[in-house]
Amino acid sequence: MNIIHNNNIAVSCAGISKHYKKVQALKNVSFEVSKGEIFGIIGPDGAGKTSLFRILTTLILADNGTATVNGFDVVKNYKNIRECVGYMPGKFSLYQDLTVEENLEFFATVFNTSIKENYDLIKDIYVQIEPFKTRRAGKLSGGMKQKLALSCALIHKPAVLFLDEPTTGVDPVSRKEFWGMLKNLKKQGITILVSTPYMDEASLCDRIGLIQNGSFLTIDTPEEIIAGFGQRLWAAHSKNMNKLLTDLRSNADVKSSFAFGDAVHITLNEDYKTEQLRHELEVKGHTGISIRTIKPGIEDCFMELSKSEKY
Amino acid sequence: MNEIIKPSVEKVIVTENLTKKFGHFTAVDHISFEVKRGEIFGFLGANGAGKTTAMRMLCGLSKPTSGNGTVAGFDILKQSEMVKKNIGYMSQKFSLYDDLKVWENIELFGGIYGMTDSEIKLKTDELMAKLNFENERNSLVKSLPLGFKQKLAFSVSIFHTPKVVFLDEPTGGVDPITRRKFWELIYEAAASGITVFVTTHYMDEAEYCNRVSIMVDGRIEALDSPANLKEQYNARNMDGVFQQLARKAKRIDA
Repeated sequence: MNIIHNNNIAVSCAGISKHYKKVQALKNVSFEVSKGEIFGIIGPDGAGKTSLFRILTTLILADNGTATVNGFDVVKNYKNIRECVGYMPGKFSLYQDLTVEENLEFFATVFNTSIKENYDLIKDIYVQIEPFKTRRAGKLSGGMKQKLALSCALIHKPAVLFLDEPTTGVDPVSRKEFWGMLKNLKKQGITILVSTPYMDEASLCDRIGLIQNGSFLTIDTPEEIIAGFGQRLWAAHSKNMNKLLTDLRSNADVKSSFAFGDAVHITLNEDYKTEQLRHELEVKGHTGISIRTIKPGIEDCFMELSKSEKY
Repeated sequence: MNEIIKPSVEKVIVTENLTKKFGHFTAVDHISFEVKRGEIFGFLGANGAGKTTAMRMLCGLSKPTSGNGTVAGFDILKQSEMVKKNIGYMSQKFSLYDDLKVWENIELFGGIYGMTDSEIKLKTDELMAKLNFENERNSLVKSLPLGFKQKLAFSVSIFHTPKVVFLDEPTGGVDPITRRKFWELIYEAAASGITVFVTTHYMDEAEYCNRVSIMVDGRIEALDSPANLKEQYNARNMDGVFQQLARKAKRIDA
């Protein structure tokens, strides 16, 4: 028997696999999260994020592998885990017919505590919805539901907080606010596992795992992942961006080309000079050409790492 | 030159002081704008700014409290049924039938929009070839990978060659490569003359639009090309523009 006694590890997974009928949702996944970390699991729908969260919160069983949360085994000690984790599912799962305050009271009671006892922890979040505490949860806007769900997940002062896509479909301003709240929770010593499809949220995590088709492409700090991009990345512009993309695609010396906001990000074959590229684009009638070297982002890294996958 | 009524509508969407009130709450507050044929128009705003309400009025699903508008040449108040026939719509929630095959979904939606059998057959073949879907023609939609589903849902929404297609957060949750491939389909549709009206929370996608409007508290606070907006708000990218404008919101999102 192998019981993990490392006090610094909040979550540990070894060789976790899970399938549903024909779909292999998770393939031999292993990783660790240290106490007090914000660990981001970043990847598209269907990558396996929710299955992983459900295994770690003891809601489903893995086919293979072992996992511990806060030192407890997800199978043998599932009751201990349920007491010490907070879980905010991707789908709003509070009681629609209970009011804001009733929902919060309900979750506090289930965990043998009271709103008063842990009010400090949720105060910053809850004050924003307190004016509506007599409103039924089902009648709240998306942003308010999200704040209530987070408050309910926190009311028993969990050691580890699991947030499954808390910001999906949320506008950029509210997303920034939400991440501000997570930073404050981290200061209070809570370990946070958060999944998201938004690559721009990666830089807000201490470490991230990029996940695709049931396995991690890489796990590291955002800085290290970017440093590992391993080749020069260029941002290309011209007056006709649509034609630019087509022309770059048809150039055999351009290894990759993807639209990125107002630019096209490209990588080039090693001995191919940007001056040659510029000349060839001019020949094809482009004007206002600029090609400058840039620092890759997490999204560039994700696309580079997932290139071998089939689309 | 004789005055002939031109069948082609150059302004595909026109609204004048379009307003929707729910009781004392003004969800959409006197919005006026025009969208030209073949344009990719980004319709941005924070959650609760009024985007969905505005879009529902443009699709003929909700009657404005005041103001007026035309979509595809039809009055959204008096000719809402004609509006519905001449637009395409793709919702953020996948809305094809999971238990129907790929071709069955296409036939169903083509039929609903009044296309003839021969037209449907011909265009289905073209579409399958274009999307490289030949092998999936007889697959149940639920068995397709997400990226395929997304492309199919978009292709179905423009299958009856509408004048304008409304896309409500079409790329939520898809991986970065599929997201970009999806935008290439949007460009292609626009190039063929279909006007694209799209909402998104990805600010890099706002850069792909010809023009972008940003709604704040029910009003259109800014409307211009991404390049002009960035210059006007002295922002490095569209996220910078959005953050400046959306932070002005006074309406409590509740």
